[in-house]
Amino acid sequence: MMSNIIEVKNIKTVFGDRIIHDGINLSVPKGSIYGLLGPSGCGKTTLLREMVMLQKFSGGDITIFSHKLNNIRYKEAISLRMKWGVLFQSGALFSSLTLKENIELPLIEYSDLSQEMIDDIVEFKINIVGLRSDDANLYPSQISGGMKKKAALARSLALDPKLLFLDEPTSGLDPISARDFDALILKLRDLLDLTIVMVSHDLQSIHDTLDKVAIIDNKKIVYEGNLKNIFSVENEFIKTFFQMGK
Amino acid sequence: MSNSSFDIIFANNKLSLKFKGELSLYNLTKYKKKIDLLDLNEVDNVVLDFSELNFLDSAGSIFIDNLQREFSLNSIVHVETICDNIEVLDMFNLVKEQRLKSKKIVKPKKRKFLERIGEKTYENYLVFLSFLAFMGELFANKIYYLISYKSIRFKEIAFEINESAVKAIGIVSLTSFLIGLVIAYQSAFQLKIYGANIFIVDMLGISIFRELSPLITAIVIAGRSGSAFTAQIGAMKITQELDAMQTMGFDPYRFLVLPKIIALMITMPILIFISDLMAIVGGMVVANIDLGITIELFINRFNEVIAIKHFIIGIIKGPFFAFLIATIGIYRGLQVKDDTQSIGFNTTKSVVESIFAVIVCDAIFSIIFTNLGI
Repeated sequence: MMSNIIEVKNIKTVFGDRIIHDGINLSVPKGSIYGLLGPSGCGKTTLLREMVMLQKFSGGDITIFSHKLNNIRYKEAISLRMKWGVLFQSGALFSSLTLKENIELPLIEYSDLSQEMIDDIVEFKINIVGLRSDDANLYPSQISGGMKKKAALARSLALDPKLLFLDEPTSGLDPISARDFDALILKLRDLLDLTIVMVSHDLQSIHDTLDKVAIIDNKKIVYEGNLKNIFSVENEFIKTFFQMGK
Repeated sequence: MSNSSFDIIFANNKLSLKFKGELSLYNLTKYKKKIDLLDLNEVDNVVLDFSELNFLDSAGSIFIDNLQREFSLNSIVHVETICDNIEVLDMFNLVKEQRLKSKKIVKPKKRKFLERIGEKTYENYLVFLSFLAFMGELFANKIYYLISYKSIRFKEIAFEINESAVKAIGIVSLTSFLIGLVIAYQSAFQLKIYGANIFIVDMLGISIFRELSPLITAIVIAGRSGSAFTAQIGAMKITQELDAMQTMGFDPYRFLVLPKIIALMITMPILIFISDLMAIVGGMVVANIDLGITIELFINRFNEVIAIKHFIIGIIKGPFFAFLIATIGIYRGLQVKDDTQSIGFNTTKSVVESIFAVIVCDAIFSIIFTNLGI
C-alpha cells in the first residue's frame, strides 16, 4: 500500500482569462486529516472539486488511489467514486427522500444486499454519526443544519469509503455543534481508518483536527506541512489568519 | 476482491465457517445465501475463522453480528471466534458496541385509505383557509395602496407590464389567429351544407368576442405569466430574499405582489382586444378562401350583425381573469417551502388552479349575462 492516498502534481486551472491555480503540488498521506486553507477566492473549493472529478483542470496531474484522473476511463471513474465520500457545504441531501432513503441509496444502487441487511447498515451509520434512529424517517427540510451535516456525513460513509472529502464541514454550525462535529470527525477517522481532506475556515476546527495543512495563496502553495511550523514562512494571509486566535 | 473466498466445513455437528481475503458489502450476499442453505438444527458447535481475513467493513461486521445472533436464537452455545488481525477485531467490536446502544429504526405506519382521504380533505381545507387569509391581506394592502398615491410603484408596474404582457403579445396573437382559423374552417364545412355561408360572420363574431378570445388569452397568460410569478416568488422565498425584504421594511405585498396584479389587470383587456383582432382575421382568411366571402362583404356584414355589447363583455372579463391568474400565481409562490421539489409542485398547481378558476369565473359571467339579457 502506498503511503500517499492523493498526489497532486503541478495543477493549473484557468477560468477564461483568470488563472486560479498555477502549479500546485501536494500530497495527502494515508490516515491523515489534511486541510486546504487560504484566503477566500484562492481556489480551495475548486481544487477539492477537481479532486472529486466535478471539475476539469487545465494542466498537471492528480492521482488518487494510484488512479490518474486525467483521461480516466468511465468504469475506473465509477469504482473510484465508490471509494470516497464527499460532504458538501450545505449537505446536499436529496430533499425528496427521507434521511434513511438518502443513506441507503448508494447501498441499493451499488450492492446486492437484502433490504434487512441495508436497514441494519443504515441504522449503524445513522447512530455512528450521532443521529438517533427516530430521525431516520424525517425529511431534510424537517431537520436543523447540524443534523443535515451529520446525515450527509452518514450518506457519504454509506459504502465504507477510505477517503472522505469535506467542504467547510463546520460552516453554518453554532460553536458547540461545530466542536461536536470536529470530535465526530476525529472519532470516525480513528474508528473507520479514514483519510480526510477538508476545506475549512474555522480556526478552532483547524487546530483541533488537522494533521497537515496546505495554504494556497496567490495561485500557489505557500506552505505545506504541520501547523507547528506555520510561521516559518513569511505570508500575509498566514500572519493575519493564524494570529487572530492568539 | 478476487482473492476472497468462503469455506463451509460441516462435520460431527461442528460447523466451521472460514472467511478469506475480504468480507465487505460487495460479497457478503453470496456468503449469506450459502449459510441460509444450512440446517442449523443439527449444529452444536460453531467456529468462525477469520484468521485469513484481511479486511472487514462495517457491513461485513453487521453481517457477522447478525450471524451470531442467529446462532444464539438457534440455541447454539459454543461459538468460537478465531481472529488475530487487530484491524478486523476493532471494526467488529466497534460495530457490535454501537449496535447494542442504538435503537431499531421503526418504519412509519402506512395510512389506511379512509385516513388518507380525511387527511387530504383537511389539507385542502387548510389551503382554502390560507388562500382566504392571503386575499384578506391583499385587499387590506390594496386599499392602503390606493389611498396613498405616493406608495404606488409605477416603475415596478411598468416593468411587470413589459414582462408579463408586452412580451406575450406574440404568442397570444399567434394562438388566437390559429384558433380563429380552425373555428372558421370547421364551421365553414357545416354551413356550406345549408348554403348559409354568410352566417359565418355572425358565428365567429359572437363566439370569439364573448368567449373564445378572453379564454384563450387567459389560458396563455396563466401558462406563461402565472407560472413565472410562482417560480420567481418561490425562488425568492427559498433564498430568503422575501425575509430580507421584510426585515428591511419593504413590504413584499407592495413591492412584489400588487405591481404584478395591477400590471396584469391593466394589460389583460388589451391582450384580449389583440386576440379579438387576430382571431377575426384568421376567420376572415378562411371565409375568403373556403366560402368565397370577400373581405369587404365580411366587414359590412360584421358591422350589421355584431353589436358592440359582445365586444365589451369580452373585454370586461379581462381584469377579473387577470386578477385570478395573478393572485393564484403569487399565492402559490408564497406557499413554496424550503426544498427544491416544492417549486415544481407549486408551479404546476398554480397553472392548473388558475385555468380552473378562470373557467369557473367565465361560467358565472355567462349565467349573469344571460339572466341580465345581455
